[in-house]
Amino acid sequence: MEKESAPPIKLPLLQGVLAVPLPQSYLNFVGRQIFHFLQTIQGVGSFALITLGVTLTKFNVAWRVTHPLIRAQVDRAGMRLLPGIAFFGLVLGLVIVGQTVSLLQKVGAEQYAGTVMVTVLIRELGPLATALVVLARVGTAIVIELGLSRAQGEVEALEALGIDPVHYLVMPRVIGLAAAIFSLTVYLILVAVFSGYLFVFLQDVPLLPGDYFGQIASALAWEDFVLLGLKTATFGAIIATVTCYQGLAQRLRLEDVSEATTRAVAQSVAGCVLADALFILVYLLR
Amino acid sequence: MNLAANNDAVVSPPLIELSGVSIAAAQEPGVALVEQVNWRLRAGEYWAVGGLQWSGKSDWLTTVAGLQQPSAGVHFLFGQETATLPQPELVAARLRVGLVFENGGRLFTQMTVEENVALPLRYHRNCSPEEAREAVAGLLELTGLTAFASQVTGQLNRSWRQRVALARALVLQPEVLLLDNPLTGLDPRQMRWWLDTLDALNAGHPSLAHRPLALVATTDDLRPWQARARQFALLQGRRWVPLGDRAGLAASGETALHEFLAV
Repeated sequence: MEKESAPPIKLPLLQGVLAVPLPQSYLNFVGRQIFHFLQTIQGVGSFALITLGVTLTKFNVAWRVTHPLIRAQVDRAGMRLLPGIAFFGLVLGLVIVGQTVSLLQKVGAEQYAGTVMVTVLIRELGPLATALVVLARVGTAIVIELGLSRAQGEVEALEALGIDPVHYLVMPRVIGLAAAIFSLTVYLILVAVFSGYLFVFLQDVPLLPGDYFGQIASALAWEDFVLLGLKTATFGAIIATVTCYQGLAQRLRLEDVSEATTRAVAQSVAGCVLADALFILVYLLR
Repeated sequence: MNLAANNDAVVSPPLIELSGVSIAAAQEPGVALVEQVNWRLRAGEYWAVGGLQWSGKSDWLTTVAGLQQPSAGVHFLFGQETATLPQPELVAARLRVGLVFENGGRLFTQMTVEENVALPLRYHRNCSPEEAREAVAGLLELTGLTAFASQVTGQLNRSWRQRVALARALVLQPEVLLLDNPLTGLDPRQMRWWLDTLDALNAGHPSLAHRPLALVATTDDLRPWQARARQFALLQGRRWVPLGDRAGLAASGETALHEFLAV
């Protein structure tokens, strides 16, 4: 008589996965990544606190040297990006705002146009899109210029001259980028709102300018202005802090600069998205 | 008269002092470059410190300037122990020491010559470019850079950049000037200019209100300094080897010295 073989024991899926021993190298890799992530958080966090401390205590120290540097950063990250941001706002208005309003009109929900515009454009898309444009155009340049300065020993030269590198190099960039992203976001939103109506007008949607702008105005609350200012300034501070940290924190060799730039972009995007998520919580809680 | 001057020098307090100092490499903190340095710099002295490449001259000099803490021992700047000095006082003490880095002086390459020289003055005295112009003009004249004042330093060759670094180090009227290998790669005319200018600064130049400047220069070739400097030392095999004055240098039996002075 043939002996019946015992049916194989079936483990639940998760238990089965956990029962398989992971290769040591994989565990080491994951451990290293977690450790590296925590180190980065610690490094950027400490750098941000130092920068905040220096900004609060030394804002007016040597103002004849540092304030022109702040203006130069506002010019570089704000004024020079204005044409690009205006074009971006125009496209955004035509593609997103115009189509949304047109669609809402078709389904008879035009009374929500203002709410949708404020939520999508003013609270979310405007600040984040502007921050990404500034990161791409200016943030990457900051990593490269500070990385090269560090590689060429200019930072040590500043220290030898008794000039605090955080005060001279980082503070103007943080304040400049915060102010620039705020201003550019306002311009982006204005251009997008107007170009959105242009699309609506060209599509023969029966929506009067007074109704269009009235809906937007009535959907806006005073907190939106405060939070827009806070959010854009936070994005600017995050981008400037992360890019300056990646450029200055360690002495880079020339071949390290490109990798540091990539790291700075990834960390800045992650930081801005996390900050954005926190601001969404504020909007939801109010 | 000379004897009286020498006695004054002996009793004057040291401007900078290293006591039992060991220095680790800035790039690799675990690697000791120089150990057990006991050294004092007094007002008006003129030191030439020789050492082969990688002997730790630059790290020794940045430690002397107070930019790097020693791995062991005590460092004094103008009678104050730097390790325990609060940051504002440490910065104030460091401003009394000028430092000229090697290889073109680590200038800010995007700035003009005038902006480079004016920056420390403008930052520490919070003055406008116009207010700094007079002090800067004197130093540009001293260093022969007046014609290059509005030129971006990145466009200058190394020997002129080194001069800009000298002017920048002098703009805050320091009491001590440290120079890291200032004669490397210079032609004989430039070399003579440097040695003559340093002599004049050590004797008391009008641009520094005739106050004698204490000088310390590191070098990998002691020969040009033999007739100019007055105190000599070597960094050799992690050791600090004091050689004394010119007579001491000539009479020294230090075997490493022969390598430096050999043609």
